[in-house]
Amino acid sequence: MIFLKLIATNLRRHRIRSFISVAGIAFSVAAMLTVVTILQGAVGMFSSILSSNSEIIVFERNVSDLFFSNVPASAAEQIAGWPMVAHADPVLFGVVSSADHPIITCFGVTAADARIRKATWVAGERLTFAQHDDDVVLGQRAAEFLGAKLNDHVPIGHGVFHVIGILKTANGFEDGGVFMPLSSAQSFFHKEGTSSVITIKLRNKDDAAAFKTMVRETFPNLIALEDAEFTRSYSQFRILKATAWAVGGCGLLLGGLGVANTMIMSVFTRIREIAILRVNGFSHLQIATMIFGESAVVSLLGAMLGLVTGTCFLFALKLVPALHGYVDVTIQPVVLLIVILLALLTGVAGALYPAAYAMQIRAVEALRFE
Amino acid sequence: MNLSTLQASSQNLSRLDLGIQARVVLRAENVWKSYEDGAIEVLQGVDFEVTEGEAVALCGPSGCGKSTLLHLFGGLDLSDRGRVSVNGIEVNRHRNLLRLLRHEVGFVFQLHNLIPDLTLAENCLLPTVAAGVDHHIAQARLRELTERTGLTRRLDQRIQKLSGGERQRTALCRALMNRPKILLADEPTGSLDEHTSGVVFDLLLDLVATEGVTLVMATHDRSLAGRCDRLLEMHDGRVHEPVSA
Repeated sequence: MIFLKLIATNLRRHRIRSFISVAGIAFSVAAMLTVVTILQGAVGMFSSILSSNSEIIVFERNVSDLFFSNVPASAAEQIAGWPMVAHADPVLFGVVSSADHPIITCFGVTAADARIRKATWVAGERLTFAQHDDDVVLGQRAAEFLGAKLNDHVPIGHGVFHVIGILKTANGFEDGGVFMPLSSAQSFFHKEGTSSVITIKLRNKDDAAAFKTMVRETFPNLIALEDAEFTRSYSQFRILKATAWAVGGCGLLLGGLGVANTMIMSVFTRIREIAILRVNGFSHLQIATMIFGESAVVSLLGAMLGLVTGTCFLFALKLVPALHGYVDVTIQPVVLLIVILLALLTGVAGALYPAAYAMQIRAVEALRFE
Repeated sequence: MNLSTLQASSQNLSRLDLGIQARVVLRAENVWKSYEDGAIEVLQGVDFEVTEGEAVALCGPSGCGKSTLLHLFGGLDLSDRGRVSVNGIEVNRHRNLLRLLRHEVGFVFQLHNLIPDLTLAENCLLPTVAAGVDHHIAQARLRELTERTGLTRRLDQRIQKLSGGERQRTALCRALMNRPKILLADEPTGSLDEHTSGVVFDLLLDLVATEGVTLVMATHDRSLAGRCDRLLEMHDGRVHEPVSA
């Protein structure tokens, strides 16, 4: 109890400094949580676009980005004819810009695509899709920021398109995107006869391995991956996740430096007190435990405050209309655990030098300090 | 001197009168100690023994090495040469200095060296926390010592609210919490006024006698030193005995 009181007393003695350290960790944790959650949400959303009513994705082997993948239409037609395949939907991805929006995702899809078939049509009729080359269907948010209504003509990229429908979808990329008939998209993006990917739904999921083998043998330039497999291995996702953790890690590093600064000052200002503890029989380990205990308290408080702040920030972001559908505030337990563990580790790392210094204090010299 | 002190002193006298060989608990043999790479030679071949239950006063001018000798006995510092032994075990080679600090010696300093943010009771309990003494046993010992030093009503007071005498009495209680056999007191009344100094010193002698503790005290105050069993003089880096007692 006295040991805990010593820890609390030391933190209370320099309230402002302790608070700044807690705040440093809290902001770092909040930053990490926010960045990681947003990027993981984005990855999740992009994955859900690919896995819409499908379980396997086929794309060009060894491409770093699906936007650069070219899958021949003939492959899509051939795969669609395989007995184990329920349906095969070619999708062409493209990015365009409009006056106020530098990035609008375009989806070149067939009328049979699940995105068109299963979406909630806020305006327009599904059956009218892909009847004319300049027809487009807008996601609800895209319609809002483009100021477009049904039957309007809107400039998108270097063309002008006729809005024949508006879709409502929970996915931010789709909600803020433009759906074009596949042939129109191929022409618009100068990718005639190709798509970026083919999304596959099998009649029996157990045929996934056999399907992948068939793709590998029939189309050496293509690769088929199950959705979970794709999410794990797609280099862009890995880069995004690594970036998120790196950014968050840098934040925590700064927070750790704050803890280190606090702990160093804490040790330097009570050298005499540590000497008193030594004279009263405290071991090096007990002194170090006290220092680590202080940093652990700072880190834990910071982590808790950071989790609350980060969660509030994520919910606030979700309420921003421009980000509607892009921010997924679902915090994964594993992310939560990693963030708390990293905060604790940061605190411990920050206390390493101060603890080592405290352990080396010679009582006989320190007691001469006034 | 109260009854218990008299009883304890008479026991010592009886033992000496009967010719019983008293056990040496502290021994310095040709101990040398210097500071600043040998520029300041503080101890220059100190030879010195203290037997169990003795109250020994070390007198001498500032800087003569009184405190240094106490620090060597307590394991807080190491000698350059020579042997310092506590209960027959050489301090320089003491396998467990922590055990020495936790169970064998207690320190009282001129400046009380209490932790100001803790209460009187918490300060006293520090050695028991360090040594992992059972909480109930520690509390009982705390009650016992604070009753004898008249601090019972001040247990929950922070150190800042205590008088100089109370602080030094607290330091005395703390030093005796783990029932050490040796008490090393470095100018224990040096920061107190004459009256308080006398009161604290009476208490110190009383506790030492009744607890059967060996006392080695560094002091400038010859009147207080004269009340110990032995008075030793320190000068020229050596202990000279006995000048007077």
